Amino acid sequence: MLKTFPKGGIHPTENKITAAKAIKRLPVPKVVYVPIAQHIGIPSEIIVDRKDNVEIGQVIAKSGGYVSSNIHSPVAGTVTKLDMMVDSSGYKTQCIVIRTDQKNEANFQEPDFPLKREITMGQKEILQHISDSGIVGLGGATFPSHVKLDLKNDNKVDCLLINGVECEPYLTADHRLMLEKADEIIVGIQILMHALHIQEAVIGIENNKKDAIRVLKDAAAIDKRIKVAALRVKYPQGSEKQLIKAILKREVPIGGLPMDVGVIVHNVGTVFAIYQAVQHDRPLIERVVTVTGKKIENPSNFWVKIGTPINDLVEEVGGIPEGTRKVVNGGPMMGKALKNTDVPVTKGTSGILVISEEEASRQESKPCIRCSNCVFVCPMGLEPQLLMNLSEKGFYEKAKAEDILTCIECGSCSYVCPSHRPLLDYIRFGKSIVKKLETAKN
Amino acid sequence: MILSIVDSTLLLGSIGTVAAGVLFLVSKRFYVYEDPMIAEVEEVLPAANCGGCGFPGCKAFAESLVKSDDISDLFCPVGGNDVMKEVSVLLGKEVAEKDPTVAVVLCQGACEVRPKTSLFQGPQSCAISALVFGGETDCQYGCLGFGDCVDVCDFDAMHMDEETGLPVINSDKCTSCGACVKACPREIIEMRPKNKRDLKVFVGCLNQDKAGIAKKACSVACIGCAKCEDICPKDAVIMKDNLAYIDPLICTLCRKCVEVCPTHSIIETNFPPKKVKVNKTENPNQAQA
Repeated sequence: MLKTFPKGGIHPTENKITAAKAIKRLPVPKVVYVPIAQHIGIPSEIIVDRKDNVEIGQVIAKSGGYVSSNIHSPVAGTVTKLDMMVDSSGYKTQCIVIRTDQKNEANFQEPDFPLKREITMGQKEILQHISDSGIVGLGGATFPSHVKLDLKNDNKVDCLLINGVECEPYLTADHRLMLEKADEIIVGIQILMHALHIQEAVIGIENNKKDAIRVLKDAAAIDKRIKVAALRVKYPQGSEKQLIKAILKREVPIGGLPMDVGVIVHNVGTVFAIYQAVQHDRPLIERVVTVTGKKIENPSNFWVKIGTPINDLVEEVGGIPEGTRKVVNGGPMMGKALKNTDVPVTKGTSGILVISEEEASRQESKPCIRCSNCVFVCPMGLEPQLLMNLSEKGFYEKAKAEDILTCIECGSCSYVCPSHRPLLDYIRFGKSIVKKLETAKN
Repeated sequence: MILSIVDSTLLLGSIGTVAAGVLFLVSKRFYVYEDPMIAEVEEVLPAANCGGCGFPGCKAFAESLVKSDDISDLFCPVGGNDVMKEVSVLLGKEVAEKDPTVAVVLCQGACEVRPKTSLFQGPQSCAISALVFGGETDCQYGCLGFGDCVDVCDFDAMHMDEETGLPVINSDKCTSCGACVKACPREIIEMRPKNKRDLKVFVGCLNQDKAGIAKKACSVACIGCAKCEDICPKDAVIMKDNLAYIDPLICTLCRKCVEVCPTHSIIETNFPPKKVKVNKTENPNQAQA
């Protein structure tokens, strides 16, 4: 019996159509748009000016505080504009626009880094490197990694979990990365274990990626401290709290962090970025993005520079097909529909999903029939139908008492509701109001 | 037979007597004194229970009026100066005098001047759609059009215009309780002074984008050209973030700014028809051409 988290969960159709497609390198875009708010926390501060020439990997916006991150230039070129642009949040944010220098060869060289196993840096140096390289959680939450790694004295961490679950349907970015960069990921894990003095690491992978499990098991054979755990396929296993429960049977307390139960969780993509930053001094300027959709001509996985317009990606796979309703940034469950395709790829973009009219259209919302399907599937043990009603009617105090803030917004409730009620929309709304009231109180 | 009637009468009678005694004692022991003034003041208040004064209902407001010594910072926007005067007479305390205000919508982004570029499928609510994105049009400052403000209006003073997709405020019914101002996630509803004939001049736009972007998203957007600032004889126009704002306390309603605004984003209301009015009716045609 394979491990999984005990409460709730669903199994949507996987649709991993790009699983067998090797990661290709996207042609360098002519212009990149780099937003300064690509991570959770304080937006970075721009330190370049118009008409400045920048090199690949040069810091163009520096961390604006503790929970913040550096941003580096993904290309060599000239800063043409500092302007407000719509990003994947649907709102206009400050962007640095850089025109690629077509004559600069550095832009067109394939980055080729030989595997380097030997770890030469000390603990502090490693953490400083991770902080300087602008690494954030690449699973989608974009939480600055150096904050996660900065252990307070009273927290004893004994286990490092590596998240290779990729439970979202359609997405295969992490899957391909594990297949193609297994050795680098193992070194990345060793770096983290070395820096944090952890003696145990487990890589969690869902059982629908058997090839990745095999490849990583082979690669991990050199270090006995690193194990690979095959997990039963269930959404939302990629969520931090569910993964900890599935592998270690530990439960993160309400409002707590994984650190409180002695665990640190990192995504495989983040671990690879850490490997590159520490071993090859390469900051986070590109990531793997899956561009997919049932009607797309040639769905693929790409290495994409941060700041590449999503238009370029869609053009590369054959353009937007007819009858498309939505272009989603992320997976179908937790991703967010984009307002237009001019928005840039950011550090948190794991996939671009093009969905058609019949897949995307919402059904009419009907009255709740008290089937309690949403209660059964909620991985956090909440009562979504209750939380929705409380938010809709404005009983925010009660909603808070029912722990609305612990909702991880996985969308399982909306997925199973036979009356097509907009459960998550209202819960998200209630959460925002409760958070606002909380901050007003303090 | 008779006996059972006597029995039950006695029994019920004695239960009643005991209960009456208990109730009497309790009512004496736990008696709460309430100032009779509170009820009198409440009688004067409009009983709309709208919350516009900042208290949960008229009773709470009346209590506060009676209990606090200084009530000069308390005001009932619905009743206005008349009601506050009556309160002042009743309580013998000084009350503030405020000019009556009325809600105005600072957005003219009707469907034809501000085309939709995307579609929101979720629950039809401004607050929820504002969480997700900047709105169905390219202007992220203007009206979202789902009518959260109309839903909260207790006085039937608002409705959504089906043609323009914007809320319309009936100045006669508006009590300036401020519920719509709080309900709007874009903060496009403002309270402006309501003079005798309800004459108003204000900038009907909140778009802070640069001129080109603003104009592209909406043809009646304020482009921050500052022509109104230049022409204003009283310096009532404040330019900030590519946007003009007319300070109602300084503005003398001369309407010079309305004529010079190249995008017609300055609105004038209830002025007697003259040549400016003629221009206004021509605007949509110009925009189309």
